[in-house]
Amino acid sequence: MEENLPFVIFERPRRLPPNNSMIDEDFTKSLLEKHSYLTQRDSVDWLTVECAPEKLVSFVQSLRDLEGFEILIDLTAIDHGEGEEFRYSTVIHLYSLVHRGYVRIHSICADNDKPAMPSVSGIYPAANWHERETFDMFGIHFSDHPNLKRILMWDEYPYFPLRKDFPLAGIDTPLPADDVVEVTQASVEPAPMMGGPFVSPNSGSMSDSEPRAKDESWTEKKGKPV
Amino acid sequence: MHMTASDVAYNGKVEGDVIVTRADAVINWIRQHSVWPMPMGLACCAIELMASAASRYDISRFGMEVMRFSPRQSDCMIVAGTVTYKMAEVVRRIYDQMGDPKWVVAMGACASTGGMYRSYAVMQGVDNIVPVDVYVSGCPPRPEALLDAMMKLQDKIGRESSVRNLRKTKAVAAQ
Repeated sequence: MEENLPFVIFERPRRLPPNNSMIDEDFTKSLLEKHSYLTQRDSVDWLTVECAPEKLVSFVQSLRDLEGFEILIDLTAIDHGEGEEFRYSTVIHLYSLVHRGYVRIHSICADNDKPAMPSVSGIYPAANWHERETFDMFGIHFSDHPNLKRILMWDEYPYFPLRKDFPLAGIDTPLPADDVVEVTQASVEPAPMMGGPFVSPNSGSMSDSEPRAKDESWTEKKGKPV
Repeated sequence: MHMTASDVAYNGKVEGDVIVTRADAVINWIRQHSVWPMPMGLACCAIELMASAASRYDISRFGMEVMRFSPRQSDCMIVAGTVTYKMAEVVRRIYDQMGDPKWVVAMGACASTGGMYRSYAVMQGVDNIVPVDVYVSGCPPRPEALLDAMMKLQDKIGRESSVRNLRKTKAVAAQ
């Protein structure tokens, strides 16, 4: 059974922060003491804290101004799946050149139907596009964002593609340009998965390493085995 | 009298400044050897496209070195890369702005079929929105493959019934 899995699942090794990082137990302890609303989360590498959405902006502001976390590395979201009590959460990674290390902030969206989160783009301008992408892919609304509109998909696109209930192949949708549709009759159609996702084998000669389906037991001519 | 091969084929003293041939042959010969491509570079295929224009592969050997970045000045759109649904509309509009006659080369797996991107965001082949004349396989294709495709396109242009097409276009325009 296990050798039939399409992908190898690696066990992630526990990676401790490097020795020269100043984000150690003392830093963690003092940070949690200063901000009593935080709880520490289990993490394989860097310090990770759980922060309530209503405290997020003031906490991130104090991390930048008082603790020296100058750089916003990443801002994204997680869809924990339908049926979960809290379906969506956002994750912020900050880096400090002073401390030589990262801190990860996890915040849970309270509402599953209209997930919302305060915007940190007023503190880190870099968050602006990250939040637009998170809105585009997960449908999380960032309140007080200066320009919250889709960044990758077109404005009229009705779905949020990285949600768990959205199929990778896509869903039938009309294209936004009416005149082009009239001439070409093109529309967004679910992509034929055909045993995909399609990847290149990373070994062998170049002529054999064209992208191909992991499961080649079925094709357009031969149906998928039941 | 000593005669060379060129004397037999065409002798200016005998025939004057007259060559007898077919209109199709002349028109196609002209079109074939001055294809002005427009790079529709959308992904990594565009890098190979640039390589084929550079000195090592040198697309100018085939009369195609005049890469125009304006659709109004070009004959052949080389779609080099992944066509997303968001970009598809733009590709079609640029194609519409090209003057006739015009040709399209789908360069690489993505432009031909969507390639490895079987996903919600990628159009599964640019032939969904524009008529494609030559498809090039490869991910990305080597410059030799693109040059081969362009030579195939030259062959295809050489076989066209240009005069009949012109009459047809005129008839459509007159209606």
